[in-house]
Amino acid sequence: MQYLASVIDDKGNPGSTDRQPAISAFNERLIAEGYWVFAGGLADTDAATVIDNRGEQAVFSDGPFLESKEYLAGVWVWEAPDLDVALTLAREASKVCDRKIEVRPFR
Amino acid sequence: MTDVEEAITRAHRDEWARVVAAVTSRFGDLDVAEEAVAEAFTTAVERWRADGVPPNPGAWLTTTAHRKAIDRIRRENKRDDKHKEAQMLREGAPPEPLAAIDDDRLRLIFTCCHPALAMQTRVALTLRMVGGLTVPAIARAFLVQETAMERRITRAKAKIKAAGIPYRMPSAEDLPARVSGVLAVLFLVFNEGYLVSGPDPDPVRHDLTAEAIRLTRLIRVLLPQDGEVAGLLALMLLIEARRTSRVSANGELIALDEQDRGAWDPALIAEGHRLVRERLAAAAAGVAPGRYQILAAINAVHTSARDMRDTDWSQVLALYDQLVRLDPSPIVALNRAIAVAELDGPEAALADIDRLEDRLAGYHAYQATRADLLRRLGRRHESRSAYDRAIELAGNIAETAYLTRRRDQLG
Repeated sequence: MQYLASVIDDKGNPGSTDRQPAISAFNERLIAEGYWVFAGGLADTDAATVIDNRGEQAVFSDGPFLESKEYLAGVWVWEAPDLDVALTLAREASKVCDRKIEVRPFR
Repeated sequence: MTDVEEAITRAHRDEWARVVAAVTSRFGDLDVAEEAVAEAFTTAVERWRADGVPPNPGAWLTTTAHRKAIDRIRRENKRDDKHKEAQMLREGAPPEPLAAIDDDRLRLIFTCCHPALAMQTRVALTLRMVGGLTVPAIARAFLVQETAMERRITRAKAKIKAAGIPYRMPSAEDLPARVSGVLAVLFLVFNEGYLVSGPDPDPVRHDLTAEAIRLTRLIRVLLPQDGEVAGLLALMLLIEARRTSRVSANGELIALDEQDRGAWDPALIAEGHRLVRERLAAAAAGVAPGRYQILAAINAVHTSARDMRDTDWSQVLALYDQLVRLDPSPIVALNRAIAVAELDGPEAALADIDRLEDRLAGYHAYQATRADLLRRLGRRHESRSAYDRAIELAGNIAETAYLTRRRDQLG
């Protein structure tokens, strides 16, 4: 199964900014052990743009996370046999990137 | 009860979890298993009446539930695709003999108590899938609407499937934490039965305490080496032994010091004491006891005293000191203070619990303990307001009745 591991940061209590070396090392391990599908960190929420083109014309607005305390700071996509394996990875990931992780399966 | 009804009841009690576990193991789907097993029991009622009770009811139920599951998958796959049907039917090949699948029940329990599920959901799912309780019965036990409970269980099964919660034993590394998660679920079920938290007309729910004990016994059979499993079972047995003397004829809770000790169940006490001795021997051999074992030992001290005055309070206090090191929660400290009151007097105990006020002021047992200590110190006015507060906070009707009488006796 594939799982989306969302990195959740908190504007009131942000995770530390010096985690990149640890994250890179963790990614190397994910690749070596066959779990890695994709990973990426995101720019700040004020760089986001939302387009709603369900009506007559496209409406642009700022991102949905701009005002919220918690926001999506980055993602991993993992290939794992079951949730227990994904949660074990998430436990490490949370330590490594010093942020909360939401684990959600792809359909 | 007719022979057939009796056989069905016995099969339900002894075989439900085993059959659900076997079918889940075969088809990898809790929802399919639950429905198939429920249908197999319904069929058993008709068929056993007509043809007599089969020689091996468990095997009969397993085979029938397998057939029901295959029927359902076939029906669903008619709408789906043919390829999937062939695959499922291959997986749904002949059931294994019963003895070989014993630990399927353990897998079932670990799945139902998975940490990715909310605590209330784990409780409901365990009672349904492992305990075989009906959804209306579970809803009643937790004062929830039937439809809400149905939704909770359905959502849980959907999450297990969609999120890939595995149907297998946890890894060796995860096992201790996962076992303690299972025990927490069973203890919660037991406690809800022991002192119903809401204003239920039944202050004590024997069906829940009995179910919790039955499931803990099952875990004990499956994990005989686990000290905390033995500890929790002993703890439940020693509390359950006092059940009939805990509520008076007029529906009032009876505190430990006023209970008729002659009415305690000697068989349950003997079994509980045997388990505690087994764990004491292990502790003497260097295995550090966990919290359930220590709590069981405390209850063994209480159930060893023929009279409240014979209680070995210094032993109780020593055990609480051990427990505090393991679990520094304010509730443990509160219970420890009750032993302090017996040894060093109410004044010392009151000083201890005053330190807990900011964390426990909204907890009924804190206010009730405080009221009792103030009463013993002759501080009637303060005692009365603590009783008032405790009565306000207590949900259980027998406890409210008890606290009200104690308050009114202050004069």
